Amino acid sequence: MTAIPEGDWRAEVKERLEAIWGEAPGLGSWIATADHKRIGMRYLYTAMAFFALGGLQALLMRTQLADARLELLDPETYNQLFSMHGITMMFLFAMPALSGFGNYFVPLMIGARDMAFPRLNAFGYWTLLAAGIFLYSSFLVGNAPNDGWFNYVPLANREFTPGINIDFYVLGLIFLGISSTGGAINFIVTILKLRAPGMTLIRIPIFVWGELAMALQIIFALPALSLAAVLLFLDRTFGFNFYDAAAGGDPLLWQHLFWIFGHPEVYIVALPGFGIASAIIPTWVRRPMIGYTYIVIGELAVALVGFGVWVHHMFAVGLPNITYSFIALASFMVAIPSAIQVFAWLATLVAGRPRLATPLLFVLGFIIIFVVGGVTGVMFASVPFDQATTDSYFVVAHLHYVLVGSAVFPIFGALYHWGPKMTGRLLDARLGKVSFWLMFVGFNVAFFPQHTLGLLGMPRRVYTYEAGLGWESHNLASTIGAYLLGLGILVTLVNWYWSKARGVPAGDDPWLGETLEWYSTSPPAHYNFTTIPTVRAREPMWDQLELRGGAQPPEEGGRTLTGGHLTLSTSLLDGRPQAVVHMPQASPWPFILSLTLMAFFYALLLQVWVVAVVAVLASAAAVAGWFWPRGQTQET
Amino acid sequence: MKGPVGAGWCDSTRAALAALALTLSACGGDAPSLLEPASEAARLVERLWWLLFWISAVVVVVVAGFIAAATLRPPAAAEEVDRRMVPWGEPFVVVAGLVVSGLVLAGTFVVSVIDLNALGSPPGEPQLEIEVVARTWWWEVRYPNGAVTANEIHVPVGVPVEVALPTGDVIHSFWVPQLQVKKDHVPGVVNRLWLQADEPGRYRGQCAEYCGLQHANMVFYVVADPPDDFQAWVIEQAARAAEPTGPGAQRGRDVFLGSSCVSCHTIRGTPARGELGPDLTHLASREKIAAGLFPLLARTCATSSTTRRTTSSA
Ligand code: HEM
Repeated sequence: MTAIPEGDWRAEVKERLEAIWGEAPGLGSWIATADHKRIGMRYLYTAMAFFALGGLQALLMRTQLADARLELLDPETYNQLFSMHGITMMFLFAMPALSGFGNYFVPLMIGARDMAFPRLNAFGYWTLLAAGIFLYSSFLVGNAPNDGWFNYVPLANREFTPGINIDFYVLGLIFLGISSTGGAINFIVTILKLRAPGMTLIRIPIFVWGELAMALQIIFALPALSLAAVLLFLDRTFGFNFYDAAAGGDPLLWQHLFWIFGHPEVYIVALPGFGIASAIIPTWVRRPMIGYTYIVIGELAVALVGFGVWVHHMFAVGLPNITYSFIALASFMVAIPSAIQVFAWLATLVAGRPRLATPLLFVLGFIIIFVVGGVTGVMFASVPFDQATTDSYFVVAHLHYVLVGSAVFPIFGALYHWGPKMTGRLLDARLGKVSFWLMFVGFNVAFFPQHTLGLLGMPRRVYTYEAGLGWESHNLASTIGAYLLGLGILVTLVNWYWSKARGVPAGDDPWLGETLEWYSTSPPAHYNFTTIPTVRAREPMWDQLELRGGAQPPEEGGRTLTGGHLTLSTSLLDGRPQAVVHMPQASPWPFILSLTLMAFFYALLLQVWVVAVVAVLASAAAVAGWFWPRGQTQET
Repeated sequence: MKGPVGAGWCDSTRAALAALALTLSACGGDAPSLLEPASEAARLVERLWWLLFWISAVVVVVVAGFIAAATLRPPAAAEEVDRRMVPWGEPFVVVAGLVVSGLVLAGTFVVSVIDLNALGSPPGEPQLEIEVVARTWWWEVRYPNGAVTANEIHVPVGVPVEVALPTGDVIHSFWVPQLQVKKDHVPGVVNRLWLQADEPGRYRGQCAEYCGLQHANMVFYVVADPPDDFQAWVIEQAARAAEPTGPGAQRGRDVFLGSSCVSCHTIRGTPARGELGPDLTHLASREKIAAGLFPLLARTCATSSTTRRTTSSA
């Protein structure tokens, strides 16, 4: 970092940008902010809070299962816990955490001043929070969803689950879907249109590709879930019969719709994690990724083929073998793009000279865990083996290897890698290593024995089990491992909160990284960059030395855009500058809209239709407020 | 509380029985392990597992080997950046990730499809068709000759038996790991499965699809009998309950018929015709009650004989 001499042009630019982009402290700005970094942080903190809740639920379950016939939890409680654990981990932890990193880092990595739709971004966050509160309020009335995150009918029909539990599930997921859909659209437009000049498609960082692939999947997968939920709402509330076999409906319709969403959902959680790995590896082995093109094609191929495999969650429902053979073929195929990515990581690791710091340790842990989950995934593509082990503990082992592998480990690696950028301070390295080893060992002790349990015939989603079947010792190991894992997680969380206030100041580019997030200050200014850079390489921070000063001078292509609340829009393929875009100002309306929507969903839950109508009208008013013209011109 | 009317009663009974279970828990069989197959179909699955296991083990070892190799190299200096092209880099990614992985996956796919078809058809014409109705949270077993029992499925050993799998309420899944892969009971369709046990024995089965509150305790046993024993058993099970003889048994009948038991249970040959709960006509001939939760008689624990039967009436 070179110090900026007094009277330098940069100081002046910064001052003007600060005046334009700065946000006053205080409650008003806290509610109204549309800054992608503040929103990204909120996503992360919220996701971590839900992770802690989901983790506590998991520990309660594991304690109950430590030995045969324990009576810590009654069956109803266990069933609510495992259902909320699955829902929490998928929808309220993994997706928001990965969106959080995306929100924070996508604009930084592509050289933009904000997301394309900053207010939509704020709305996405508030809606996530509202939907999370909505779902968790079910615990207050003792009626949390209790039919699993997969919520099969007819069990989830009014006839067999008369309570309000499933209404929370159905409405909560529709509500959450609004948040994710808005977020996904925002990522797609931002990535395609707001890249810095010169950032052609083949210069987009792999992490950004991962977020793009995730967003595309969300757009195409979520409608199936929302539709399934709406149909179930109609069945439960108004006596429709979409899923009632006796009345000519079909319970398997739910399974098809759910898994058309549900399998892509696994990749929605995995792809950004892959992206994080590809962002961390080059920095820590000190060389560019090998096989960039193959990795990118691989991510997009996973996103596409991932839509063709949903029936492998239904290999035991009795569909024709010919159907199963096709789905098996697609399921084997979907392993290939993942294998390509794994071998690209391995090639880069071997060609480079790894510095074994905490972020890289988490990525190495991720690769091993994910590969174990991947090979058991291939086992399930083999129909007879799937039919033998589906719905057993073998599946619980597999899904945690995949999900904890590809979400938790990369996310924790990213906390150490990117945390200093976000807080301006380094995390404690020694605590980081302690945390990694506790998590890695704990994870394997917790979940590896569950493969054996599945082979020994233990079904999943059971609140207790019989003694004398040889299941006790594996379960005890699993419980001990879960506590070790929990401890490891706790170490990182403590490390984060401690370092945020007291860590060593990081400087702008502590690891000498390769992509544009390191071009900003730590933490980044409200306007992200003094000048929007012109990019001439895939690893700009390594190849364009003029970026090192934190402000590419205008002679080199840096753009200050101090004429207003502006960012630059470029062409989709080759990143040619096309337009200067006015970005909307902060606004309280997204917050208000999510409140009115929350009122709407509570009204549906309690079936007070008058309130529902009023809430719809209020929402329309909030939308009007959001888009009310304020005399700004849109320069295009 | 979920489930149809009457489930509440079952719950509290289950709860009471569950407390009992703690004291009785010393008995119980070994694990219903996929790795101890007792039929041709299960052996096929076991062979497939070992194939998949060894392929997977090689993959994991190779990946771990690469990682170990990488970490053993001296670390780069913090400010260094190695921009040199690696000539083997992309070819390696393509060969390992696409070609080799693709070939292994294709081979595994072919084996799987062959095995899938093998599992589809029994080795011969099924000799018997049984109907197993899955109900929240127990199994009703019906034989062609009118015999009805619960949670204990007797089959003749060594011959294929076809099992029809309807459900009385929600989705359940029929799983006897040592005999066959699992198949779901789905409302609106009747799935079918065949079983053929090699040896006489008791094989533990359990519901594998989450079905609500007591999903964890929805156990059953398949009891494979020598053909003659099976024949005798099924005829006897079809019979009506014998008239109680001793004063104790008579009093038992009166208590049963005079209480609310009859609104849920049937004892053929008596006025008890309830349909919500299991048929109790030959209850005492079963080894376990309450969907596999408890041995019926304490002495059951001591005997491992699979063909022992107690003839009695309710
Ligand atoms: C912190 C460590 C974790 C532990 C100890 C843990 C433990 C468990 C347990 C005990 C179950 C219930 C299994 C059953 O009864 O069948 C479960 C289910 C599940 N877990 Fe986790 N889990 C952890 C982390 C995660 C994470 C990070 C995710 C996802 C990102 C996740 C996703 C799920 C899902 C989707 C289910 C299935 C729920 C269902 O069947 O409806 N878990 N987990």
